[in-house]
Amino acid sequence: MHNILILLMFLSLPAYGGEAQDMAKDPVLEKRMVVLAEELRCLVCQNESLASSHADLAEDLRREVRELMQKGMSDQEIKDYLVARYGDFVLYEPPMKSYTLLLWLGPFALLTGGLGVLVYQLRNRRKTVAEATLSLESEARAVALLNDEKR
Amino acid sequence: MMRFILPFVIFIILATFLFVGLNLNPREVPSPLVGKPAPEFSLPQLHNPNKQFSPQEMKGKVWLLNVWASWCASCEAEHPLLMELARQNIVPIVGLDYKDKREAALKMLEHRGNPYVITVSDPEGRTGIDYGVYGVPETYVIDKQGVIQHKQIGPVTEESIRDKILPLIAELEKK
Repeated sequence: MHNILILLMFLSLPAYGGEAQDMAKDPVLEKRMVVLAEELRCLVCQNESLASSHADLAEDLRREVRELMQKGMSDQEIKDYLVARYGDFVLYEPPMKSYTLLLWLGPFALLTGGLGVLVYQLRNRRKTVAEATLSLESEARAVALLNDEKR
Repeated sequence: MMRFILPFVIFIILATFLFVGLNLNPREVPSPLVGKPAPEFSLPQLHNPNKQFSPQEMKGKVWLLNVWASWCASCEAEHPLLMELARQNIVPIVGLDYKDKREAALKMLEHRGNPYVITVSDPEGRTGIDYGVYGVPETYVIDKQGVIQHKQIGPVTEESIRDKILPLIAELEKK
């Protein structure tokens, strides 16, 4: 009786297959897929990575990435494969190109500009502050007033 | 004077960037496939699953590839426009039934009319991935040499047919 139960248990196992099976089959590959998918954007829900999205297309693309990895493609080759179909948009980190120069260098340009303005203003201020010297007369008055207050 | 001009200029630059940027539709990702040969595939026909169809068969013709599915609501919205386009007999439309159940797709075509010269089934969406499909419906204009000349993401509208698709087809026909 026991034997039959055990046998039945094994027989029923394949029914649990489906999505999770891939994971069990090759955890190393699955991990690699997830790491790569973190760098890829889901095109349906655009602020989610391919790894975290539950969209149908994301699932298909994860399957695709998994299969490409099984075929022995490198991460870069898989990225190129997806870019050829979906464009640079699929990459979370956009490549350096002529039309992304502003994106890459813009923040540094703003920072440099801001620093420039800051330095310019500080220098100007030093000049204005230096000019505001007191005449002897008013200084004596100021001292007198301050002393007055102390008392 | 400079005190007022400089902030004003910065404001104008910023406003221009925001005006242009916020008017763009983030859902429309430019396809890298425009200007490239349409990816090859060989898929079973919806009405005749024993027969395959490949884009090769359309060589020498300007044609539309319309990605649709029976579960897709905006496909229903564009359906009458495709019917009208088919009725005018201007351009052959090939349907790619994307991630769909065959019965559901057949039922829908029977019920609402069939604008396609041929429909192929892509139940797992693999050809869809090759075409960079991410939002059904999508429509590709493909020229006589089999090069994708335009991709419409989302349903076609009266405007997009009149202003973009029809003029493009007319131009491609001349070549």
